[in-house]
Amino acid sequence: MPMPDFAWILRMAFRDFRKNISRLLLFVSSIVVGIAALVAISSFGENLTSDIDNQAKELLGADLVLENNKPIGDQPIDSMALNTASEVNFASMVAFPASGASRLTQVRALEGDFPFYGYLETIPASGDADFRAGGKKALVEKILMAQFDAQVGDIIKVGEVEFEIAGELQSVPGQTGITATVAPAVYIPMAYLEETGLVQYGSRVEYNRYFVFAENTDIDLLIEPFEDEWEIERIDADTVEDRKRSTGRSFENLSNFLSLVAFIALLLGCVGVASAVNVFVKEKLASVAVLRCLGVSSRDVLLIYLFEILVMGLFGAILGSVLGTLLQFILPVVFADFLPVEVTVGISWLSVGFGVITGLFVSVLFALLPLLKVRNVSPMATLRPETADSRLMKDPSRWAVIAGILIFIWGFSYYLLGSAQLAFGFTGFVVFAFGILWGVGQLIMWAVRKFLPISLRYTVRQALANLYRPNNQTISLIATIGLGTAMISTLFFLQNQLLEEAKFADKEDQPNLLMFDIQTPQLEAVKEKVTGRDLRILQEVPIVTMQLNEINGVDKRENEELPDDENYSRWMYNREYRVTYRDTLIDTETLAEGELIPLGARGDSIFVSLSTSFAEGNNLKIGDEIEFNVQGRPIKTYIGSFRNVKFNQVSTNFIVLFPNGVLEQAPKFHVIITRTKNDRESAAIQSEVVREFPNISVVNLGVIVETLEDILNKISFVIQFMAFFSIATGILVLISSLIISKYQRMRESILLRTLGAGSGTVSKINTLEYFFLGSLASLSGIILSFAATWLLSAFVFDMNFRPAWGAGLVLYLAITGLTIVLGWLNGRKIINQPPMEILRGNG
Amino acid sequence: MNILSVKDLSKTYKSGSRSLTVLDQVNFDIQAGETISIVGPSGSGKTTLLGLCAGLDSASTGSVQLNGQALEKLSEDQRAAVRNQDVGFIFQNFQLLPTLTALENVMVPLELKKRKDARTKALELLEKVGLGDRATHYPTQLSGGEQQRVSIARAFANEPKILFADEPTGNLDTETGEMIEKLIFDLNKEKGTTLVLVTHDTELAGKTQRIIHIKGGKIQEDAHA
Ligand SMILES: Nc1ncnc2c1ncn2[C@@H]1O[C@H](COP(=O)(O)OP(=O)(O)O)[C@@H](O)[C@H]1O
Ligand SMILES: [Mg+2]
Repeated sequence: MPMPDFAWILRMAFRDFRKNISRLLLFVSSIVVGIAALVAISSFGENLTSDIDNQAKELLGADLVLENNKPIGDQPIDSMALNTASEVNFASMVAFPASGASRLTQVRALEGDFPFYGYLETIPASGDADFRAGGKKALVEKILMAQFDAQVGDIIKVGEVEFEIAGELQSVPGQTGITATVAPAVYIPMAYLEETGLVQYGSRVEYNRYFVFAENTDIDLLIEPFEDEWEIERIDADTVEDRKRSTGRSFENLSNFLSLVAFIALLLGCVGVASAVNVFVKEKLASVAVLRCLGVSSRDVLLIYLFEILVMGLFGAILGSVLGTLLQFILPVVFADFLPVEVTVGISWLSVGFGVITGLFVSVLFALLPLLKVRNVSPMATLRPETADSRLMKDPSRWAVIAGILIFIWGFSYYLLGSAQLAFGFTGFVVFAFGILWGVGQLIMWAVRKFLPISLRYTVRQALANLYRPNNQTISLIATIGLGTAMISTLFFLQNQLLEEAKFADKEDQPNLLMFDIQTPQLEAVKEKVTGRDLRILQEVPIVTMQLNEINGVDKRENEELPDDENYSRWMYNREYRVTYRDTLIDTETLAEGELIPLGARGDSIFVSLSTSFAEGNNLKIGDEIEFNVQGRPIKTYIGSFRNVKFNQVSTNFIVLFPNGVLEQAPKFHVIITRTKNDRESAAIQSEVVREFPNISVVNLGVIVETLEDILNKISFVIQFMAFFSIATGILVLISSLIISKYQRMRESILLRTLGAGSGTVSKINTLEYFFLGSLASLSGIILSFAATWLLSAFVFDMNFRPAWGAGLVLYLAITGLTIVLGWLNGRKIINQPPMEILRGNG
Repeated sequence: MNILSVKDLSKTYKSGSRSLTVLDQVNFDIQAGETISIVGPSGSGKTTLLGLCAGLDSASTGSVQLNGQALEKLSEDQRAAVRNQDVGFIFQNFQLLPTLTALENVMVPLELKKRKDARTKALELLEKVGLGDRATHYPTQLSGGEQQRVSIARAFANEPKILFADEPTGNLDTETGEMIEKLIFDLNKEKGTTLVLVTHDTELAGKTQRIIHIKGGKIQEDAHA
């Protein structure tokens, strides 16, 4: 075959394009939102990365931080630093004596000029200076101030010491809104730490030392000689570079995840493109037959229409990229609670280019799927127009296009996820989700046709029949709107489910109040306070802290020498283990492997039980030997069993469980779990205990539920924002399909009216049709999301599935209502058209 | 010299287990410059025969030689090239490309032949069919008769050796139909094109030199006027 005459093909494409431009614009409009989302996220990610780079020092607040769980003594690098600061931080109850309320907070005792980069932002602005000027002053995180309705100048009590609030803390370098929600901070001067009496045995305390060095110091080089020593001391050194890397990595993960969500929106749009182009192609079949008759080769015919799609795809991609760049400006607001740095916004040409190329590529790829048909149109259709459609043959090159699409999805997700396997997983998920929705759509349509009685009113029957009209994109609408609905409702249901589960825990007999850090001498007094109120002590758990010396004879230092695939996680050697002892399992535990072996059952060996997830995560096996270090005393143990631990109740959960008879004499502290009758009683007992024993921390279920709700709201806001793109795409596809089918609808309406149907009947039929369409699409999505929520509840979160009927109903009504309104807006014009216009016009 | 030579041509449509023979062992030759009409009742296989002769469809058995080329030996795209070089079409329902203007519709066959003077040549033809002033109009802006005139201009544009017309006046009122007939015959005479006309209008058929009667897929009579 001769080379295609591109000049002529372009000319033909342009001629056809002239008359089709508005319709073609509709086709590609479906991808605009997806591209916009992708470009916005990608630009945001790019800018965030460079902001993290630029603000890395503020992230850490210093050039170097040393961390340990015991006091860090004088260091040789002290003298090399320009300045140093220290911080001791731990969780403790803080009381607001004015109201008698108290809450668990993160207490940070500070000494020195930390942060060296950035600053503690307070209201009033002088708060920070005031705090550092000396005296019993404290800075209190704003969410605490709001919760307890406290004012600057009020008194708070931390342990045994009362402090005056010098300022309301607005932001701390390197901290996000989420950190503040989970563990709101109270800063106190280090000078009064001792006096609070809070740092005693069992307190989980973190000691930090901050260093700042002369400009241009090579920190890595500087600390190199000390690292071995720190390693032994279990001191963790964190430099600006480290922090930059870890923050950068976690945000890269976040932005990649969000890009995937945006990509799903784009794929939904692609389905819209394919289905709109399908209609376009059907309308072009007659023209194709004529062109073939006049002697145009099938390849050249394909090229003519492909060029049109290409131009439109380019247009859609550019439009999407522009919108995405604009959209980026609101992202910092959406993500405000997650960002540790100030984010700048600006055009990222890399992202724009990425968006344009992606948009062009997907629109062509997905348009090709229906477009390939034009190659198989027989010129005979000119003589017998009615056969144009039925003369299409199955084209093997369609499989090539489908393969191309799958490869594209895989490649794209590989680029984002960086793992071939995950990319396969994602591709599989996409295929599965579309397959399911397509199947559900088919099934519902089949069922409607099969089971709806003929005796239905005429209008209903006509409306249903309309769903099956040839160019109606019913199935693809069900897929796009359905998937959008499914995404939103899954997130919504899941969030509901998590909250319900937490609230559900608050039923008869379930514990709802937990007191920890109880010192042995305090134990009896605390128990009396509980029983004195006629409450039962549901659990009393002794806790011993220890560290790990050796695993199967490998100590920390030897472990460092082992190659990467043979060594144990360094973290196992560095962490502190909080261990309890008993010979039985509790409600939240089940035995997964091995058995619980009491002391003395097998000679004098000590058998411990590990949580399954810990053991699996660290490659430990039954029978492995572990030597613990309890307050300097080595204790050799063997792994006797693995336990599955359920973490969704107010309870104490332990990675390591010792048998009775080993740790009784070790220094320990205690946890008491009880159930109060109501929130008032919880508050009363909490304030009583905290007043008398400030070192004891009290958590009640109400606060946990509240915090959880808070966090879930923040996360779900972001996720719903992302899911919005999918719904928006679904709506665009809906609008475009309504407009595409408008002409057909007009003809039908005219026909009906000519046959004597009143315009009332016609609009009733139309409304009913939209009602059915909206119902089918939203129900498919909701059914799918119920299934997804059920699966996630059962297999990921280990919860009972509680279907959110109410939320489902609201979503159903909202989406169906929206479909009807959009259809109605589109249909209004149809009904008002004079019949002659339509009978004469010929598209 | 034979421009078209049809030998033992049969066409059978299969639908499921049943098969329908629409053309049964048809034989005839047409000489260059001849005008011929194919007449017969509706459903007798006229359109099928025309489609096969013009290389729009492929036969079940038998052969069609168009301008010395055996069509059944060519691929669909090779036949497309033959159509562009040697064949012109006029359809019952005009078949103009709706997104192209009248002029552009006429230009297409010329452009396909890579004629540099496509535009002037097309304009000339439009003038000839009396639509020089409607060149920039789209098909929807033209009446049926006007559309068919554009279609005639398009059919003659590539100076085909043979012109196929399937009921060219079937969709037009008598008056307009007569004008179209005259146009076709006039242009045909001027260019000396071979004309194959399908019709059930015996009066129209009478204007051709030769009439083939077809019924039930078989030639009943092949008569020179
Ligand atoms: N694709 C097809 N499949 C089956 N039968 C067909 C097909 N095309 C045409 N026919 C049948 O072939 C017969 C002849 O059709 P046609 O050539 O269009 O007749 P005419 O043009 O003389 O009216 C008719 O009975 C028609 O139903
Ligand atoms: Mg016919």
